[in-house]
Amino acid sequence: MSRIDAKFAELRKAGKKAFVSYVMAGDPDYDTALEVVKGLPGAGVDVIELGLPFTDPMADGPTIQLAGQRALEAGMTLQRTLQMVRDFREGDSDTPIVLMGYYNPIYSRGVDRFLEEAKEAGIDGLIVVDLPPEEDSELCIPAQAAGLNFIRLATPTTDDKRLPKVLQNTSGFVYYVSITGITGAAAAQSGDVGPEVARIKAATDLPVIVGFGIRTPETAREIASVADGAVVGSAIVSEIAEGKSPAEVLSFVKSLADGAHSA
Amino acid sequence: MPDDLINSFMTGPDENGRFGKFGGRFVSETLMPLILDLEKEYEHAKTDDSFWAEMNDLWTHYVGRPSPMYFAERLTDYLGGAKIYLKRDELNHTGAHKINNVLGQILLARRMGKTRIIAETGAGQHGVATATVCARFGLKCVVYMGAHDVERQKPNVFRMKLLGAEVIPVTSGRGTLKDAMNDALRDWVTNVRDTFYCIGTVAGPHPYPAMVRDFQSIIGKEAKAQLMEQEGRLPDTIIAAIGGGSNAMGLFYPFLDDKSVNIIGVEAGGKGVNEKMEHCASLTGGRPGVLHGNRTYLLQDEDGQILEGFSISAGLDYPGIGPEHSWLHEIGRAKYVSITDREALDAFQVCCQQEGIIPALEPSHALAHVMKIAPSLPADHLICMNMCGRGDKDIFTVAAALGVEMGAGD
Repeated sequence: MSRIDAKFAELRKAGKKAFVSYVMAGDPDYDTALEVVKGLPGAGVDVIELGLPFTDPMADGPTIQLAGQRALEAGMTLQRTLQMVRDFREGDSDTPIVLMGYYNPIYSRGVDRFLEEAKEAGIDGLIVVDLPPEEDSELCIPAQAAGLNFIRLATPTTDDKRLPKVLQNTSGFVYYVSITGITGAAAAQSGDVGPEVARIKAATDLPVIVGFGIRTPETAREIASVADGAVVGSAIVSEIAEGKSPAEVLSFVKSLADGAHSA
Repeated sequence: MPDDLINSFMTGPDENGRFGKFGGRFVSETLMPLILDLEKEYEHAKTDDSFWAEMNDLWTHYVGRPSPMYFAERLTDYLGGAKIYLKRDELNHTGAHKINNVLGQILLARRMGKTRIIAETGAGQHGVATATVCARFGLKCVVYMGAHDVERQKPNVFRMKLLGAEVIPVTSGRGTLKDAMNDALRDWVTNVRDTFYCIGTVAGPHPYPAMVRDFQSIIGKEAKAQLMEQEGRLPDTIIAAIGGGSNAMGLFYPFLDDKSVNIIGVEAGGKGVNEKMEHCASLTGGRPGVLHGNRTYLLQDEDGQILEGFSISAGLDYPGIGPEHSWLHEIGRAKYVSITDREALDAFQVCCQQEGIIPALEPSHALAHVMKIAPSLPADHLICMNMCGRGDKDIFTVAAALGVEMGAGD
C-alpha cells in the first residue's frame, strides 16, 4: 500500500476529511521552503503537494507562476527539488508527498531516470498538469509501474463520456478542479462542487479531493464537507510572497487544516 | 530513416497527432475536451465542399489570392547563378501569409458557434490578421501580446485597435511571445464555453499543427501550379523562413513527395548560434522537449526550463518550432539552416534595391540564404522562395539597426 493509500485509509477510519497543501519547492529559497515543508504535517497537513518550478506554467495563475520564478531565480532545479524531499524524509516517513508540475523538466531529465530518483527520494505521487490520458504512455504508465501514484485532474469540462478515460489509469486520489480556469482564480462554490464530486465518486472508489479557488478556512470546510478533502495552494503561496515567516505561514496553514478537518 | 522506406511524407499526423515522435496533445484536462471537439469539427470541415467554397471565395475576393509567382530577374542577375522566383505572399491583404490560416480558423469557429476569438501575437502580424477577420465577421477579438512587443510594435497595436480588437499586454513571465501564448491558453481554460483560440502558427496541441498547415498549404499548391505553368517543371529548391514555421510548412507540404525538390527552412540565428543562446534556432541550437501542447525542438537549459529566443525579427522570436518541422529535420526530408541578424539585414537592403520590394525581416532571413547558395548554382537551377510578408512594419527596426535617425513616428 502506498503512503497515499495508507493516509486515506487512516483518515477514513477516523472519519476525517483530508487537508492537502501546495507550496513551491525552493520558494523563496531552499532553506525557507524546506522549513515550511517540514512544518506542514505539524500544522495538520495530510498530503503535501510540492510544486516543481517551471518557466511556463500555463495552467497556473500569477501567484504560482511568480513563486516558480522566485524559486528558479534562487537556483532551484529538479535535482534540488528531489533533494528537498530527501531532507524532509529524514524526519518524516509517513506524510505523502505529491510532486506537482509540468512535463518538460521531467522529460528533459529522462522519464526512467527521473522515476528511479523520485522513488528513491521519497516521492509518492505525481500530478503533471500537461499530461492528459491521451498521453498516458509518456509518464503515467511507467510511473505506476515504478510504484508511484499518478493523480489525475478531473475538471468541469470532463463530461460523463470522458470520465472513465480520465479515471482509468488514475491512482492515489482524484483531484477535482473546481472551476474552469487557472490556480488562484475565482472562488469555488460548494453548491456547484457537491454534485460534481458525487458524479465522480459514482464512477470510482478513489478519494476525490477538490482544489482551485479555496482561500479561507471557511471555504476549506465547505468544500471538504462535500468531498473527501480540500487543497489550498495559491493562498498559502501568497503568504510566502508577502515575506511572512515560516511560523506565520504555518499558522495560516493550520487554520486552513482546522477548517477542512471540521467538515 | 532513409527516404526510400517512406511511401509518402504527407500522411501525418497519426491519430494521436504525432509526426514521428513529435506533436501530440500535451494540455491540461480542462482543454482536452475542447481540443477533441475542434478536431472533430475540423475533420468534418476538411471534406466539406461548402467549407472550401467559402474559403476560396474569401481567398480570392478578400485576401487577393492567388499571390503572384514572380521571377526576380535583377536579383537573379545580381547573384549570377540560380534562377530565383519569389512567391509573393506579402501582397496578401494585411501584408503577410497569416491571414490564409486565420480565415480557416474563423470559419471553423463560426461553425462551432463560438462568439469570442483569442489569439497570441509577437510582431503583431497574426494579431492584425485575426483582428481583421473578426471585424469582417463581427466577432469579439482579444489579442495577447508581450508587453515588450506592445511597446516596440506600436503601429500594429494601433491597427488592431482600429479593427476593434482588445489588445492585452502580457507582463507575466518575461512578457514575450511565449508568455503571450501562455496567457492565451489561460484565457481559453477560463472561457471554455464561448471562446475559440486562433493559433498563429503550426504549433500547439493536435489538431493545430496539421490544421494550420492545411490552411497555409494554399501557398505551396499555388506555387506548384504557377511554376508548372511558367517554367513547365517543378523547382529544384524551395526556401522559407521559420519562426514557428507556418509559411514554410505551407510552401513545403505540397512538395514533400516530390523527391527531386530540395527543401530548406531558415531559422533566425540572431547574433549567432552559440552557447550564449542569443538566437531563435530551435532545430540547430535546441533539443526536443514539451511546451504549449506539443513535443518539438525547443530552446531550453539543461534542467528543461525554457529559454527566451533572440532575433532582430519579432516574428521569429519563439523558442519552439512546429512539430512537423522537427520530424522533417530528423528524417532528413528538409534541411534547416540559420541566418544571423546581420545577414538578414544585408538581404533586406539588397531586395529593396534590386527588386523594389521591401521585404519583412522574416523572409529576409530566407533571402539571405538564397544569396548564399544561388551564386554557386547553375543558371537552370530553379529556386522558389516564399516572400511571406512585407517590411513596412520593420522600417523602424531596420533604421535603428542601420543607425539611421527616423524622427517623428519612431
